[in-house]
Parts: sequence; C-alpha cells; structure tokens
Amino acid sequence: MTFPPSPPLPDESHARALLRSMILIRRFEEKCAELYTRQKIRGFLHLYIGEEAVAAGSLPVLEPRDSVVATYREHGQALARGVPATTIMAEMYGRKEGCARGRGGSMHIFDAETRFYGGNAIVAGGLPLAAGLALAAQMKGEDRVTACYFGDGAMAEGEFHESMNLAALWDLPLLFCCENNLYAMGTALAIAHAETDLALRATSYGMPAWAVDGMDVLAVEDATRRAVQSIRAGGGPHFLEFRTYRFRPHSMFDPELYRSREEVSEWKKRDPIPLLADRMRQAGMLDDDALAALESEVTAEVEEAVTFAEEGSWEPVEELTRFVHSETGGAP
Amino acid sequence: MKTTYREAMRGAIREAMHRDDRVFLMGEDVGHYGGCYAVSKGLLEEFGPERIRDTPLAESGFVGAGIGAALGGMRPIVEIMTVNFSLLAMDQIVNNAATLLHMSGGAFNVPLVIRMATGGGRQVAAQHSRSLDGWYAHIPGLRILTPATLEDARGMLWTALEDPDPVIIFEHVLLYNMEGELAEDAGPVSIDRAEVRRTGSDVSLITFGLGVVKAMQAADALEEEGISAEVLDLRTLRPLDTDAILETVRRTHRAVVVDEGWRSGGISAEISARITEGAFYELDAPVSRVCGVEVPTPYPEHLERAALPQVEDIVHAVRTLISGKGELS
Ligand SMILES: Cc1ncc(C[n+]2csc(CCOP(=O)(O)OP(=O)(O)O)c2C)c(N)n1
Ligand SMILES: [Mg+2]
Repeated sequence: MTFPPSPPLPDESHARALLRSMILIRRFEEKCAELYTRQKIRGFLHLYIGEEAVAAGSLPVLEPRDSVVATYREHGQALARGVPATTIMAEMYGRKEGCARGRGGSMHIFDAETRFYGGNAIVAGGLPLAAGLALAAQMKGEDRVTACYFGDGAMAEGEFHESMNLAALWDLPLLFCCENNLYAMGTALAIAHAETDLALRATSYGMPAWAVDGMDVLAVEDATRRAVQSIRAGGGPHFLEFRTYRFRPHSMFDPELYRSREEVSEWKKRDPIPLLADRMRQAGMLDDDALAALESEVTAEVEEAVTFAEEGSWEPVEELTRFVHSETGGAP
Repeated sequence: MKTTYREAMRGAIREAMHRDDRVFLMGEDVGHYGGCYAVSKGLLEEFGPERIRDTPLAESGFVGAGIGAALGGMRPIVEIMTVNFSLLAMDQIVNNAATLLHMSGGAFNVPLVIRMATGGGRQVAAQHSRSLDGWYAHIPGLRILTPATLEDARGMLWTALEDPDPVIIFEHVLLYNMEGELAEDAGPVSIDRAEVRRTGSDVSLITFGLGVVKAMQAADALEEEGISAEVLDLRTLRPLDTDAILETVRRTHRAVVVDEGWRSGGISAEISARITEGAFYELDAPVSRVCGVEVPTPYPEHLERAALPQVEDIVHAVRTLISGKGELS
C-alpha cells in the first residue's frame, strides 16, 4: 500500500516532543523486558516496541477531558496519555503504589486522573465499553471524544462489529484506533480475515475510515487530528487503521514460529524512531548532542520509575477482598 | 515412558486424528503458532491446515461452527484458548450445544468435544485466571471432564469423542508441565467414574484438576502427623459420581472438598449437599471446604497465593476438622 506523502515536519519543539514520547516508550519497555527476566515483572508482558508512533502520534491530539480505552498491549498508550511512568512501573511490579494498586499488572493499567479506562485483556472486550463512554458523553451533552485502541485480531470478534454498528447507528463521538500489526498472536492477517483491507470493512458501517502509515508519527498525528476534529464537529464515529508492526514476540512466551527473521528485519528498516530522528537531522532540528540529551532525560525518567517501583510496598494480605464492592458510594 | 501432561494430550489428539478422519482440531493459534500452550505443536505439519485449523478471534463463531460441523457429521475438537475466553462462546455452548438434543426431541445430537485451559496461579490477573468448571457443570446436556493425571490426559479425549453428546475437557494450566511415567499402551479411559488416588481412613479429600495434585501433597504432609487422608479425584464434574463420593465418606467419616472456584454457588456446594443428602449419618464432622477466596484473582504473587487454595490450607482444614481446632492437640 502506498500512503499519501508524509506531512511536513512541525516546529522543532513539537517534533522533539513526538520523538521524546516514542523514545520514552521504547526505553521504558526495554527496561520492562529486562525486569521480566529478573522476575521483577511477572505474568504476561506484551511489548509495544515497533508500534510507538501510533500512541505517540495519536494520544496527544486528545484533550484531558477525553477518554481512552486500550488493550493488554497498552504501556505506550498509558505513557503517551500522561499516566506517570512511576505508577505504571509500580503497577507492573504489583505494588500498592501502582496505578491500579498492583491488582492488575502489565495488562491492566487504569488511571482515573487521565481518564484511562484500562488495559482490557479480553480481545475486543474494551470496544463496547468505549461505545458506552461515548454514549454517556453524548447523552450528558459533554464535549468528550472517546478513543479506543485494539488490534487487527479484534476485528474478527462479534463485539467489534456490535460496537461499530452501535457507534454508527447512534452517531457516537468515538474514535476507533485499529493497530494493524499484521498478526494476532501467531495468526497472520490473511489467515484470519476474508477481507484484509480493514479500513474498507469499517466503511461498510457508514463511517469515515482510512488507513494510515503507522510507522510515521507525523502521519498518525495528522490523521488523528483530522478525525478528532470531525468527531468534535458532530461528524460521528471515525475509524483509523494504523498499519504498524511489532518488533518483539507477542508476549514473553512466544517462540515466533509463524514469521521469518527476514520479515522482522525488513520492518525494522521502517523503525518509527529513526524515521523521525533522521528527518529532524536533515532539517537541522537534531544533532548528536541533542539526541544524547534527550536520551539521558528519558533514561532518568525510566530510572525514576524503577526506583519508585522498587521502593513501593505490598498491599497487606488482609486487604485481599477489598474492591469487590465499592467502599464509598462510588462515582457520583 | 517418560512424558508430560502436554505431550499426553498431544498424543491423544494425534491418535484421534489417525483413528477417525472425521476428527479435526480448530481454535485460535492451534496451527502456525503451535498452540497457546504448545499442546498442538507439530500437528499442523503432520495433518495440514484443513484438519489443524487456525480460526480468527471469534469464540462464539468457531464454537458455533464446531456445533454445526458436529451436526453435519464431523467429530470436531474445538480448542478455546482458556476458559476466560469461553465466556464469549457461552451462548453457543449453553443455548445450542447443551440444548439442541432435547429441544429437537432427540433428533439432533451434538458430538462435539471442547478443550480449554483453566485456572490461576501464574500471576496473569483476573481476566486470565478464572475457574468456572462449576458453572459449566451446572448445565444439563454437557459432560464435564477434568483430567488431573497423565493417564487421563492421554485417555479421556478418545472416550469423549465417542460420546454422542457435547463434552468439555478442562486442562489446568499448571498441569501442562507435569512429568511422569505413562504406559506405552496407555489408551482410552472411563469418563464416568471418580477414582481414589490414595486410600486413607481419617478424612476424604474430594477434589479435581490441579486440586488433586495439591490434595496428594497435603495427604503426604498429614501422614507425617499421623493423619490418614484419602484422595478422591472426581475426574468428571457432570455427571458427578455420587456413589464414589458417598463411599469415600462412609470409609473415613470426614470430608474436605477442595475447589479453586469460588465457594458461593460453586461445585463444592453441590458436592457437600450430596454428602449431606446421602451420608449425613456417616459424618463425624461437618463437611469442610477449601475454595478460592471470593475476589477476582489479583496480580501480585502474595495476593494471588492468598486467593487460591494452597496445600497448607488443605492441611489446616483437615486439622481443624479432626481436632476441632487449627492445631493438633
Ligand atoms: C477473547 C480473547 N480471545 C483470545 C485471547 C488470547 N489472545 C490475547 S492477545 C491475542 C491476539 C490479539 O491480536 P490483535 O487483536 O491483533 O492484537 P495484538 O496483540 O496484535 O496487539 C490473543 C489471541 C484473548 N485475550 N481474548
Ligand atoms: Mg495484531
């Protein structure tokens, strides 16, 4: 597929912010992988490495009043949304100081402050919920967009189709962000979908939908901006298919029998981080010193997160059965 | 021969595929990925993509298709990655698979086998750690199997495929790596009866799945304290082998039911009720239960441990039952 030409570079500070966001996600997750082998992080760990441009380009377009729903592969979205790296890392350690008090771990990042309605680990499980958040905004007359992230695999689930229909039928302020990384675990797109043009399928619900180069953070940002503007202007739900690729295994247990090394290294040539960094260099916005400064800033942020998690505490076992029922009246 | 639960299960699938060309396996990532828990690893190469069929993420769709294929004369083995995702297929399982025979006045039976991984203990949080075996055991029209040994992992599948009606096999995720000796000629086993895995005279530990492994360890620990525990492996949760349950209670006069599922409305409640109905006057003590704590399974290790039945919980329950208090006098 050929995409339209990439949008022009924005001003230096904006470009730098996009680059920083992608590098933060990358370094944060590289640290997670290391901490997993040291058994600090347990259970399932799904890395986003390779797909950073999608989160970094799309989430900053949203306003604080907007809502976000994500999957188990959601560290990137959480960081780009502004959930502090410290409380995300503490969550992954299972610490009480984690954004979900450690109850959820890597797959279940929740943060009320940033209206981050979770890491959902049931494929497509978050989609109907996102439709409901959008419905509530519509019924209450609130100017809120809900952005919902999901994979190509989720598009085979009934819940995806049910949510698309509800959103289009009721004209909901909902942005469907499909992260098409070509695989659902080990099942390639063509093995799971009769029509592999996912944006085309979305149009059948009568909503605007198009495919975007998900390795180009500027293209992601531009598409998201246009979609969100249109939704805010009353244009109803929109669907964006971000074409991307995960460089790492599906999770930490995956022997990757289903794809070749050549395919992975071919995609790594389109790594979203150097893609932007090189353009910035050519435009004279970035040199080795500036990049090194940015890297050390990010490293410090990741280290701070690790320290925060290391110094965290365990929730006492006596509190095991808390949060099965609300302790106060719950949300007003 | 030395083998694992996983390999025994794979051997059972392979044998079924060779024995009956109507048998095929379908589910998410059973083929190219090699199976979520590597049970079907290598089978795609051996049998091809028609019979080792990767499905899209569409639990309701492919379970329903399995029911349809069974109606149409095939003998499908449908793998649902884990019980957690079977909730998306609940409608097909309950409203169709379990019901069509009756609703059609006996005209249409559904010879379908569904396999799924179950259980917690791997720190994968609430949405990946459910134990809902008891829910499925609630449904008339289904047969529910919980293999806990290598023999049962190897032998239950074929017998299930010969059943004219739907059978669900629950494979506890923590059993896949279990290693041991299995006879070269191990083959089909009964799917009707419970089995006493260890005889004893003071108390009966009644359980299934991973609970059997934990109960055996608890029985070892109790033996050192001079308490003789019998372990009854239920093997089949529907229909329950009530006779075996009552017989073990008649021998030991005390019962502890162990279930990773929640206590309220769980299969442990059913077992306890049957003991009360059928062997009340045999009991020297009230029936005791060790169950999952009533909370969605949390991620951190210490909380997850506390939420799930552990060997020491079983030991403690037995001591309490025998001495009337937690510690031996
Ligand atoms: C309903 C359901 N079925 C199966 C799974 C197991 N599973 C977890 S992730 C995954 C692949 C999903 O692929 P996709 O939607 O493309 O997202 P990606 O992992 O590629 O980001 C599968 C099969 C699950 N979590 N939920
Ligand atoms: Mg995918």
